[in-house]
Amino acid sequence: MSSPNLDVYMPIVILMAFGVVAVVGALLFGRLLRPSNPNTLKESPYECGEEPIGSAWSNFNVRFYVVSLIFIIFDVEGALMFPVAAVFKKFNEIGEGAVLLGSLLLFILVLVLGIIYCWRKGDLDWVKSFKLTDEQIKQLNGIEES
Amino acid sequence: MNSTIVSYLSQFEGHKKFISILSEALGFDATYLVAFLVFFLASFIVVNVMALVGGLGTYAERKISADIQMRQGPNRVGPYGLLQFLADGVKMITKEDIIPRNADKLLFTIAPLMALVGVFGSLAVVPFSSGFILTDLNVGVFYLIGVSSLVGVAIFLGGYSSNSKWSMLGGMRGASQIISYEVPVTLSILAIVILAGGLSFSTLVEAQGGMPHQWYILHNPFTFIGFFVFFIGALAETNRAPFDLPEAESELVSGYHTEYTGMRFGFFALAEYIEVFVVCGVAAAAFLGGYKVPFDLGTGDLLVNTLHLPPIIGRNIGQILQVGSFVTKTLVLYYIVIWIRWTFPRLRVDHLMTLCWKYLTPIALFNLVGCAVWLYAFDGQSVWELLSHLGGASSGGH
Repeated sequence: MSSPNLDVYMPIVILMAFGVVAVVGALLFGRLLRPSNPNTLKESPYECGEEPIGSAWSNFNVRFYVVSLIFIIFDVEGALMFPVAAVFKKFNEIGEGAVLLGSLLLFILVLVLGIIYCWRKGDLDWVKSFKLTDEQIKQLNGIEES
Repeated sequence: MNSTIVSYLSQFEGHKKFISILSEALGFDATYLVAFLVFFLASFIVVNVMALVGGLGTYAERKISADIQMRQGPNRVGPYGLLQFLADGVKMITKEDIIPRNADKLLFTIAPLMALVGVFGSLAVVPFSSGFILTDLNVGVFYLIGVSSLVGVAIFLGGYSSNSKWSMLGGMRGASQIISYEVPVTLSILAIVILAGGLSFSTLVEAQGGMPHQWYILHNPFTFIGFFVFFIGALAETNRAPFDLPEAESELVSGYHTEYTGMRFGFFALAEYIEVFVVCGVAAAAFLGGYKVPFDLGTGDLLVNTLHLPPIIGRNIGQILQVGSFVTKTLVLYYIVIWIRWTFPRLRVDHLMTLCWKYLTPIALFNLVGCAVWLYAFDGQSVWELLSHLGGASSGGH
């Protein structure tokens, strides 16, 4: 084959095109069948029957950012390990396995150090717990009493 | 080393003859045209079968849950209620399509499309048999992990664009859950990649054998744990209970698809059920021997040699056996997924994160190291091969 890439990636394009056709086709076909009489109440976002208060696009918890940061570190390192994993067996067959095993272990060591660091910092806890000193507890009690 | 369904077909004489006849009739080289037609037809079949699997998946889910809860389940439409999913589809198509007033209309319409495109894209590398794999990319595992995370993006977009508080919470949870569980899933499949020595699905499957002791799940202790890490992570990635927090109906109404009506909601549901099939298929291919049939019946050589069938028939019977083997393994896993859903209560969101980051990820890293050391120390032999060597050595010593 002169251009093997075209050959190999063609089904992916076709399948994704099928996905688009299925969604667009079903929605267009449904347009002929379904009723359409919108009103204000129907178009308001669901909030248990109450009048919606404000927009949903507000600040959200910073924990989600922390999770995504940890994820990016792990996922990039995982992606970097794929080539090593793919050639490991071949290197092992020609007797160079020790080099790859060493580099893989070193790489994973960095990952493990990262996860230990996150763990110690408490970033892996969804609900972060703080230990208050006795003075802080007294202060808080004082605020409540006054 | 890329092989596709076209390269499987091109070993038959009829395929070559068809190309030459078509080339003469049209006056140009029809190789690519035929390849396109074959891909188109095969994709069409796969997509339709998968839509059927998704539809029957909803039926199976309701029937199995009814069985577990001692109810009847759907039993009115068609024999045993089998056509219930068609009735649901008709109902969804005829429902009014409501887009919330304050929603981001573009993202709101794109989200279900993206979910379905992501799932359909991941079907391209599912190895149904050694011949019937739409395209056996040399980066298959990598591609699958990448494309299937489109669904995560779609879930987040769906939640974000609705401009409803429930959807927003569901979408945020979905995004954080899917990206978190991608780490243990990637790491546990990496361990298999190390043992098999290649990223394409045919490499993974061909490195295994037909009998259970040749499967990667029983290859060594690390892969045995790795299978369960992968399966738990895959459940969470497809938002299946007990990890269905993005759509937790008892707290978030319906989560990320609260504002979706009719067919748009239907596409999210369809995408979920097909994704469960794909994930079960990947688990079967990577850990349970995939399309391998015991006694190498899948290649068809045995049939040809013993029954004196023509090679073309023997080989195709082998392919059918392979598809049967793969689909059986996948459907057994599918049943287990549904069984788990109706057996375990839903996790709390902090437990979910604890399970992922404090248990599954360290275990997956440990498995990865274990598999790498195992390959280096024992040249990739399985436990059974090592045991048989031990037995052979002791008997040889006499």
